[in-house]
Amino acid sequence: MALFNQTADGAMDAAPPTAEQLADDRSGERASWWQTGPLVVVLLLFFGLPMLVVLAVSFFDFSRTDIIPAFIFDNYIDLFRSEVTLRLYLSSLKFAAIVWLVTLVLGFNIAYFLVFHVRSLLWQIGLFLVCTVPFLTSNIIRMISWIPFLGRNGIFNQALEGAGITSQPLEFLLFSDFAVIVAYVHLFTLFMVVPIFNSMARIDKSLLEAARDAGAGRFRVVAEIVLPLSKTGIALGSIFVVTLVMGDSFVVRTMSGGQSASVVSALQNEVAALQYPPAAASAVIMVIIVTLMVAGILRLVDVRKELAR
Amino acid sequence: MHGSDEGRPWTFYAFAAFFGLFVAFLYGPMIVIYVLSFQGPNGGMTFPLNGVSLHWFSALISQTRVGDIAGSFQRSIGLAALVAIITVVLSVLAGLGFRRRFRGSAFAFYLAIASLIMPGLFVGLGIALAFRLLGLQTAWYTTGLGAQLTWTLPFGLLIMFAVLGRFNRSYEEAATDLGATNWQRFSEITLPMLLPGIIGVALFGFTLSYDELARTALTAGSQNTLPLEIWAMTTNVTSPTLYAVGAVTTVVSFVVIITALTSIAAIQSRRARGKQSEQSHG
Repeated sequence: MALFNQTADGAMDAAPPTAEQLADDRSGERASWWQTGPLVVVLLLFFGLPMLVVLAVSFFDFSRTDIIPAFIFDNYIDLFRSEVTLRLYLSSLKFAAIVWLVTLVLGFNIAYFLVFHVRSLLWQIGLFLVCTVPFLTSNIIRMISWIPFLGRNGIFNQALEGAGITSQPLEFLLFSDFAVIVAYVHLFTLFMVVPIFNSMARIDKSLLEAARDAGAGRFRVVAEIVLPLSKTGIALGSIFVVTLVMGDSFVVRTMSGGQSASVVSALQNEVAALQYPPAAASAVIMVIIVTLMVAGILRLVDVRKELAR
Repeated sequence: MHGSDEGRPWTFYAFAAFFGLFVAFLYGPMIVIYVLSFQGPNGGMTFPLNGVSLHWFSALISQTRVGDIAGSFQRSIGLAALVAIITVVLSVLAGLGFRRRFRGSAFAFYLAIASLIMPGLFVGLGIALAFRLLGLQTAWYTTGLGAQLTWTLPFGLLIMFAVLGRFNRSYEEAATDLGATNWQRFSEITLPMLLPGIIGVALFGFTLSYDELARTALTAGSQNTLPLEIWAMTTNVTSPTLYAVGAVTTVVSFVVIITALTSIAAIQSRRARGKQSEQSHG
């Protein structure tokens, strides 16, 4: 909300409205409805409505081949009774927590370097592009590109053995939780870098200078000025990373070699077995949990207020 | 922040080294699979290179065993172009609409954000279930297209917010004052000024669609898009063919990215030149 009010405020006159302007506003509102209407309709048709269908189907009954309209709570009861559910959530939360921490540390430092250390604008744009271009290439290919690296006879093991550090290949590198985390960090760090970069770029550099003149060391400047002023970016990046990891099934499947599971990869198995109602119930619970996590982040950091700054 | 004649602090070099490592982490594995895609016919999935050949690229075209790469590639390009066009039109329009405050703007905004962060597989599941209940068939050009738009439209909208936030409306007002019709103002002032941003939206629309997997997985119907075909390959193809397809698809992405970025740069530099000559004449 604040995001676009900010753009609107910037573009609009600050003077109090006259009667003529108010009439303009009404026709302006109609124009805005026509302009945003098509996008809203597409999102309602292919996102809003389907999510309501998922909610409805989560109460359906099902047979081996079909879904049967009903209003039963069995799918939810089975979900809460199963021990597997808790294990899957713990697995997903573990991945989310580790990946969040790693991408946060990486993202913060990369953004800090780009904003405060790179002096020329051209270099800044160039290096920023270097960080963002992989986002526009295939995720699957970026994921599988770790296979020749981490495999039993992969580059990493060859290097370790060549250097005499290990005498036999490390088995835990590929098809393990380690590989899953490496792939997540590789794919998602970008989502941390970009919002933090945007927050930091708006920090008035004279603030840092003043702090330094007042005798603050580098670390104090970062801890007491840069960190608090980039928390909007950190919050937005955290929302992206947490929702991406919690919602993933493809990375965890491929990189763990089927040994680890996530909530969504288990859901995908149910879909493959045509068990749509339990899958839908699982999706509903997952959406509730992710929404709570996002709400928690937004409670800690008032993104709207910060963006309107 | 630092005087330009002053030397750089030691932290600069530490951060630069760190950044270099990150870039190596980002690109290193990708570069390795491009090298390995030229593996000799008897070579395996990892080093050493057993000769250099185009064997795995030709296997991509000739072997039917690896699936319908050519067909899925054509479908993905067509779908990406369609998604890019629709994303540009709808998000530019919506971006312009959001410049005023209107009733329902908060709803529209949160709808877009929710659509952006919803796990893709859930969106696909919802669309697939809705069509199933309606007794309709899913296909890449109907349900697949709709599913991908729930991902590209919010991105397009956010880019338009960023672009329009820097947009100076006085040019539009001047056009109106000089008697331009709404359409003239839009086509001759607003659109050309927004062009670099619009190219950015098109770039995102195209590449995000071209690489989309989670939303398309349950909505593509009987014919696969390229990412789905590659996903199937990761489970049953254990030869460098996988790297060859990765190299090909990344080259396509890079051609699109470079085309978009150079055209944006060309527009910007033409503008900068225009401003300079204006100043020298004035």
